[in-house]
Amino acid sequence: MENNDIIRPENLVYKRPALLSENHMHYCPGCSHGVVHKLVAEVIEEMGLAESAIGVAPVGCAVFAYNYIDIDWMEAAHGRATAMATAAKRLQPDKLVFTYQGDGDFSAIGTCESIHSCNRGENIAIIFINNAIYGMTGGQMAPTTLLGQKTATCPYGRRADLNGYPLAITPLLAQLDGTCYVTRQSVHKPANVRKAKAAIKKAFQNSLDGKGTSVVEIVATCNTGWKLTPEKANLWMEENMFAKYPLGDLKDVDAKK
Amino acid sequence: MAKIKGAVTVETERCKGCNLCVVACPCQVLDLQKKEVNNRGYHFAYMAQPDKCIGCASCALVCPDGCVEVYKVVEK
Amino acid sequence: MKDQVTLMKGNEALAMAMIRYGADGYFGYPITPQSEVLEKLEEEMPWDTTGMVVLQAESEVSAINMVYAGACCGKAVCTSTSSPGFSLMQEGMSYMSASEVPALVINVMRGGPGLGTIHPSQADYFQACKGGGHGDYHPIVLAPSSVQEMADFVGLAWDLAFKYRCVSMILVDGLIGQMMEKVVLPEQKPRRTEDQIREQCPWAINGRKGMRPKNIITSLELDDDKMEANNERFQATYREIEKNEVRCELVNTDDCDYLMVAFGSMARIGMKTMELAAEEGIKIGLVRPITLWPFPTKEIAEAAKGKKGVFVPELSCGQMIEDVKLAVECKLPVEFYGRTGGNVPSPEELLDALKNKLINK
Repeated sequence: MENNDIIRPENLVYKRPALLSENHMHYCPGCSHGVVHKLVAEVIEEMGLAESAIGVAPVGCAVFAYNYIDIDWMEAAHGRATAMATAAKRLQPDKLVFTYQGDGDFSAIGTCESIHSCNRGENIAIIFINNAIYGMTGGQMAPTTLLGQKTATCPYGRRADLNGYPLAITPLLAQLDGTCYVTRQSVHKPANVRKAKAAIKKAFQNSLDGKGTSVVEIVATCNTGWKLTPEKANLWMEENMFAKYPLGDLKDVDAKK
Repeated sequence: MAKIKGAVTVETERCKGCNLCVVACPCQVLDLQKKEVNNRGYHFAYMAQPDKCIGCASCALVCPDGCVEVYKVVEK
Repeated sequence: MKDQVTLMKGNEALAMAMIRYGADGYFGYPITPQSEVLEKLEEEMPWDTTGMVVLQAESEVSAINMVYAGACCGKAVCTSTSSPGFSLMQEGMSYMSASEVPALVINVMRGGPGLGTIHPSQADYFQACKGGGHGDYHPIVLAPSSVQEMADFVGLAWDLAFKYRCVSMILVDGLIGQMMEKVVLPEQKPRRTEDQIREQCPWAINGRKGMRPKNIITSLELDDDKMEANNERFQATYREIEKNEVRCELVNTDDCDYLMVAFGSMARIGMKTMELAAEEGIKIGLVRPITLWPFPTKEIAEAAKGKKGVFVPELSCGQMIEDVKLAVECKLPVEFYGRTGGNVPSPEELLDALKNKLINK
C-alpha cells in the first residue's frame, strides 16, 4: 500500500485541533508550551466548550497564548491571572474559566493571588507550567530553579545560602481546603501527553461541576534557557526535575470516595 | 492477520525541526531533512522510512507545533 | 420608596448606590476610612436580590485585578479603597486604561504619604488626575462634596465609563466618606442580561457564543506603530472627554472680587467662608470643580476675569493649585492655603488665610 493510499481523509486518526489557530507559535523549537496549548485546545473542543471558554493569559513566554487558542482571552498583569479568573468566573458562573501561567507568574510574583484563589476554592482551573526558569526575559532564576542549576541570575548555580530553596508550590496548594484536584504531569513522552490531557480534562470538568480549584502543574522544559537541545532537555528534566517535582496526583477529592 | 499501515504528513512551514517527533517515534520512521530547510530556515521533519509507520501518533502527540497529521489503515 | 429620604454615611451611600445601579460586582479590601462600603454591601447581601457579586479580596492588588477582569467581561464592576490601597491599585489603573475597559474605582482619601493618618486628605489629586500608574492615561475623576453626590456620582461614573470605555473614579476625602447626611438613593435598576451585555459591549470576554470571532483584551502590543496608534486612540478619547464632560459648580462668580477654587469637603468649608466674608463686605465667588479630570480650565479662566486674586484651599501641600495657575495663565495672583496630617481648617481659618495672602499682603 502506497502512502497516497493511506493519506486519505477517511484514514485520518490525528490532527491539530481546530481551535489551535493557524498562527505559527512564537515558542522556541521543542518548547513544552506548544504541546500544552494543543492539549488545552483539544480538551475544549472535545468537551464542546468553545463557545463558553474564557482563558486568562499570563505574563511570561505564554503571554501570547491568546493568539494560538481560538477562544475568548483576557491578558493579566504579571501574577494576577487567578485574581482575574476569580472575578470572571464569579460574574459568569456558567463559563469555563482557566488560567495558563508559568512558574514566575504563578509561584513568584503571583504567589499571593495563587494561594488565596485556591484557598477560596474558586471554580477555576489553573494550568501551571513549571520549567524552573524565567523563559521570556532570558533565562533568569525562578523560585522553582533547582539547587545547582545555572541561570542568567545564578550563573554559578543556585545556592541555598544565597538564593533560598526551590519552591514546590503545588504540595502547598494541595493542603488547602479549596482545592479539589492537584496534579503534576509532563508532556515529554506520548504516554505523558495522554495523561496530561486527561488531567486537564478532569480539571475543566471539576470547574464546570463547581467542585473547587483544580491545579494541573506541567513539569516542563525550557531547552533554550537550559542551553540544551530539546531532546537533551527532556533527559535533564527526567534526571533532575522529577526528583524535586515528582509526577502524579497530589490531591483528588474524587479518589477518596 | 491484519496488518496496520500508517503514514504521517508534516506541515513543513510550521515545523521548527526540534527533533522531538524523531525521538518519540518507536519505529524510526521520521528524520529531519539534512540539507533542505523551510522558509524560516528549519530542517523540517519528514518520513525517512515510510514503510515502517504504524500510525501510532506518538510523533504527533509530542509535536509542540501541531504540524503532524496521522493516518492509519488496517489491511485485512 | 421613591424619593425616600434616609440618613446615612457617605461610604454607605456609595454601597447602596452600587446596588441600585444594578452593579454586577464589587471587589474590595478593608482600609480606613472607607471600610463601610464593603461592610454595607455584605450586610445588604445583594447576591440574594439583584445577583450582584461581592467579594473581599486578599489585597488591593488582587481587588483591582478582579475589577479588571469584570470590566473585561463587560460587567459593571467597582472597587473602593483609601490612599495607601489606591497606590497599590495603580498598576491595575494603567492596565485597565490601556485595555479600554469600563470600571469604577473609588478612593476615599486619607492623609499621606506612607501609612500617614486615617483622617481626611486631598493629597491624592495628582495620583488620580495625572495618572498614578505608568504610561499616558487618565481616568475620569469625579469629586463629590456631599453624601447625596456620593450616591449620585456612582451611576454617573459608571455611565461615563461605559460611554468612553475608560476608568471612572470617585475621588473624595474621608470627611465625606464618614459624614452622615440626608440622601435620596437612586431607583433600583435591573442588572443587564448577558444578551444586553453582548449587544452593548461586543468586545466583552464572555465566550464565543454562536462561534463569533474570538475577543481578546490585552494591554500588550509589541509593534511600535500599532502601540503608537493605540496611544493616539486613547488620547483622542481623552480629548473627547475633555470636550464633553467637564462639570463644575459656580457660586457668586459673577459678582465678586476674589475667586476661590476648591473641591470636595474644602468647597463645603469654602461656602461658609464666603458667607463670613460677605458679612465683612468681602466678595468671594467659588468655583467647585466636580470633574477634577477633565479639569474645568475654561470655566475657571472665565470666572477669574477681572478678579483681584484666586484663592485655592486644599487638604494637601498644594496640588490642584497647579491646574488653577495653568487655567488663569498666572494673569492674576493665585494663593494657596493647605492643611495636612488629617487636619481640616475652619471657615474662619480660610477667611484669615485669604485676607492675609490676597488682601492684606
